[in-house]
Amino acid sequence: MNKSQFKRNLRDNPYLLAGMIIIGLVLLMIIVGLFWTPYDTTAMNASEKLQGISLRHIMGTDNMGRDVFSRVMYGSRITLLIAIGTVFIGAGLGTIIGAVTGYFGGMLDEVVMRVVDALFAFPSILLALVIVSVFGTGWIQLLISLGIAFMPSFARIVRGEVLRCKNMDYVENARLQGVSNLRMIFVHILPNIKGVLASSILIGFNNAVLAEAGLSYLGVGSQPPYASLGKMLSDAQQYMFTTPSYVLCPGIVIVLMVLGFAFLGEGISRWK
Amino acid sequence: MIKRRPGRRLGTALLMIVLTTLTIALSGCSSDKTGDDSSTLTVGIPQDIDSLDPHYATGAGTKEVLFNVFEGLVKPDKDGNLNPAVASEYTVSDDHTVYTFTLRDGIKFHDGSAVTVEDIKYSIDRNRGADGSEPLISAFSKITDVNIVDDKHVEIVLAEADSDFIAQLTVAIIPANNQTPETTPIGTGPYKYVSSSPQENVIMTRFDDYWGQKAYIKDVTFKVEANADAIVMDLNGGSIDMFPRLTSNQVAQLSEEFQVYEGTMNLVQALYINNAEKPFDDVRVRQALCYAIDRQEIMDYVSDGDGTAIGSAMFPSYAKYFLPELNDTYTKDIDKAKELLAEAGYPDGFEFTITVPSNYTQHVDTAQVLSEELKAIGVTAKIQEVEWNTWLSDVYSDRKYQSTVIGVDASTLSASSLLARYVSDAGRNFVNFNSADYDAAYKSAVETSDDAAKTEFYKECERILSKEAASVYIQDLPEYVALNKKYTGYEFYPLYVQDISLIKPVE
Repeated sequence: MNKSQFKRNLRDNPYLLAGMIIIGLVLLMIIVGLFWTPYDTTAMNASEKLQGISLRHIMGTDNMGRDVFSRVMYGSRITLLIAIGTVFIGAGLGTIIGAVTGYFGGMLDEVVMRVVDALFAFPSILLALVIVSVFGTGWIQLLISLGIAFMPSFARIVRGEVLRCKNMDYVENARLQGVSNLRMIFVHILPNIKGVLASSILIGFNNAVLAEAGLSYLGVGSQPPYASLGKMLSDAQQYMFTTPSYVLCPGIVIVLMVLGFAFLGEGISRWK
Repeated sequence: MIKRRPGRRLGTALLMIVLTTLTIALSGCSSDKTGDDSSTLTVGIPQDIDSLDPHYATGAGTKEVLFNVFEGLVKPDKDGNLNPAVASEYTVSDDHTVYTFTLRDGIKFHDGSAVTVEDIKYSIDRNRGADGSEPLISAFSKITDVNIVDDKHVEIVLAEADSDFIAQLTVAIIPANNQTPETTPIGTGPYKYVSSSPQENVIMTRFDDYWGQKAYIKDVTFKVEANADAIVMDLNGGSIDMFPRLTSNQVAQLSEEFQVYEGTMNLVQALYINNAEKPFDDVRVRQALCYAIDRQEIMDYVSDGDGTAIGSAMFPSYAKYFLPELNDTYTKDIDKAKELLAEAGYPDGFEFTITVPSNYTQHVDTAQVLSEELKAIGVTAKIQEVEWNTWLSDVYSDRKYQSTVIGVDASTLSASSLLARYVSDAGRNFVNFNSADYDAAYKSAVETSDDAAKTEFYKECERILSKEAASVYIQDLPEYVALNKKYTGYEFYPLYVQDISLIKPVE
């Protein structure tokens, strides 16, 4: 695809464009935050508690006088990391399970998919809570538990797609040529379902951002004094009426992140 | 004629509808007027009850609820006096070794049965581990005998003199024949237990055969508010009428419907350090931590400057024992702190974990300020939030922790209730403090019967705790109690209790 074609495609696809711009901005903020934040993310200041938006603190300050913008820069990093990790684990495991069971079928398929169904029936937040309470709190445990909780939905999608593809002519063709089963799954079938997989990964990404916010809200996510966006939102809740900027700013960043990835997912699925 | 009939039917039907509606509406009015609504009260509590058996309950938050259900031989009041309760009077022998109690006439348990001297003996024996088990209350290990004199009198015989022992006898008297005190708690208090559901609520109702001043409010629900962020919303929304421990910021957000009572929580809030754990086994390291913190700054962040600084394991409400000068043993001195750390072999500081129960906002906030302050001396404090039951088992019972921020309350109206836990082999010594001087001073205090000398020994104990930096003592937190203006009569106790029986509806 040459450059002008790419541009034309992009113009016909406002979702992709909008998604790229929003995610670009968020990524830029996170990358800058790696090297520089306007204030130390944990430095407290008793004389500047719960201030609104000002030039000194463009997102105001929290109840300890910490700069909210600096904390948002840091918190988006944790949130994004957890979201990426969750999707990586969930989609990775889910794809392997879904593809293998869908391709081979039979008894294995029945057994594994019923187990996956059971996992699916379990509320994902509850599952994550159970895992966290067994292995302790912290963002690595959170990441693993959310990953496991997200796995069933990917397994189902992939299995369905593999079932659809496995009797198609090109697969039959490859089988006649003596291609091995694993090669068939991962080299022949998977590339043909990448569109569906990509958009479900991006949807999963959104759910992961929201689930992390939800879990941090319950106090099992990142540990103070560092806070993910969800945790900030939960801390800010009690100051909602006195200092609205404290709750609005992290909230808006979460909305942007989710919106950005949603647009990106929509855009990719429409990409010709 | 034939044509008019459907019209008349319609008219009758309409009339019936109007009448029915009116009946329902008016009956609604009449029940409003009786004002039954205000004789129920919903109290928010920050965590679930850990045990309904008063002898096995450990959490201060549990004891403050059970205070309404159970009574001991004596019972504390809001002024810090001990008044006879299950016993109508008591005498102490001159050598302070024999305490004789007279059973109150006509006193009944919640199940309607009369309290007997056997019940008293059973309750005391259960706590002192008369069957050879570990005493539930360490102070009870000095009881040698509980004798039933006659069916009105019981005497408690001590192995050694203890003039303070009466303060221990607030321990609940429960029926000897109750096989399941954990699920069917029966006491003699102004409220009787109705039901409870885990992580949700405990429901009580007024005990109409109570021996003393009966409670005003009929039905009380203690509702667990595990999510600290929802408290203000629940108060303003009307799903709870009272919440005993609010932060100053939460108070600022309350609607006009609430009356806010201000007091102190009667807690020793500190960064409790596991003295047995490296590097805290070195007194210089503990002292360095004390020098690194600024109490006023913590209070400014956590409670908008309210609160009372403390320098040892004693809070100001116990004015007789409180030593204000200990607040100045360690004043913020970064250089001194660094020097001490270098001497102890940690010139570049070290890293440790503060484990805090996530349901206590004040403690989590305090931990965050501490972590920030300790950076100045190169010490990195990581914060680990845990759920309350995990805290109880890991930190308090198993002592598997490095440090924690928590408030310790007093269970009885005696200095020993705060100081006993620092004796080297005490069961509740969760900081693993170990000092021969302290053990000796505490022993002298308990054995002395002269009140002035006793107080002096307790003060000596406090000084040792301060000098040895057993923990980093911070403050007694301010307490704000919100009570809906439909009710009145809330009173603060020098103990960590909520006396619901004093609350009454306005009007």
